[in-house]
Amino acid sequence: MSTALKIELGRRYKFSASHRLHSAHLTKEENCRVFGKCNNPYGHGHNYVLEVSLSGAVDSATGMIANLADLDAFVEREVLEEFDHKSLNEDVPAFREKVPTTENLCIEIFKRLKSFPKAKLERVRIQETGNNSFEYPGDNQEGNQP
Amino acid sequence: MVLLTRKIEFAASHLYHNPNFSAEENRRIFGKCNNPHGHGHNYTLEVTVEGEPDPVTGMVLDLKELKEILEREIMQRMDHRHLNYEVAELAGQIPTCENIARVIWRLLEPKITQGRLHRVRLYESPDLFADCYRNGTAAAGKS
Repeated sequence: MSTALKIELGRRYKFSASHRLHSAHLTKEENCRVFGKCNNPYGHGHNYVLEVSLSGAVDSATGMIANLADLDAFVEREVLEEFDHKSLNEDVPAFREKVPTTENLCIEIFKRLKSFPKAKLERVRIQETGNNSFEYPGDNQEGNQP
Repeated sequence: MVLLTRKIEFAASHLYHNPNFSAEENRRIFGKCNNPHGHGHNYTLEVTVEGEPDPVTGMVLDLKELKEILEREIMQRMDHRHLNYEVAELAGQIPTCENIARVIWRLLEPKITQGRLHRVRLYESPDLFADCYRNGTAAAGKS
């Protein structure tokens, strides 16, 4: 039997950052109503857990889709250095205009990681808290898996 | 279609070493995973089976049966074993998460006769895992 199989590599990273949900397109009252306490003026923070999934051929010499050292260095440079212990609103240019919800954070991180040269980025998933998680598969048709 | 997942844990040792590489290449590519006497992990395996619940029992498959399959095929083969030396199905392969997940798929797929194997997810640690599924049917509900 030789069912064609797809293998994915999943890696988790952690970073801590602050944010404030506030839209310049809404009034003060609307911001307060829509975002609730997430609109508090000085922001608040989360310990985010970022899960990165990659696919590709498993190299028969190494047994790997991608060398973890390469992946870790790439994620460190593209995401962690710029997000960890930062204010998403103030320190990440993409969130000058966009509200730093975790939905938008998924999209921004996907954009930053999709150029990883050694494997195909399938999706990013971010846990904002133990109770909330979000995922973004880019344009991948097979991205939403349980 | 309904997905059912059963989780098991096993402890095993391994090391990464390719005899076709020089000692320096092995060290550079595999880092501390190349330490000669190996090291171990508590692996967590999640096995997901897809299917329609039986109208009489309400089950995709009997969990007791899945538990027995996992005990026989995985626990007895891999738990408290050295994956390089004691698991025949991994002979000649580097026992990475990717390769172990694929071997586990190959072991389980023919044994699961009620429902159909949907996904194998193997965690080497909470921060590193590999998923194996049938190509082209990765998305839930799209098969």
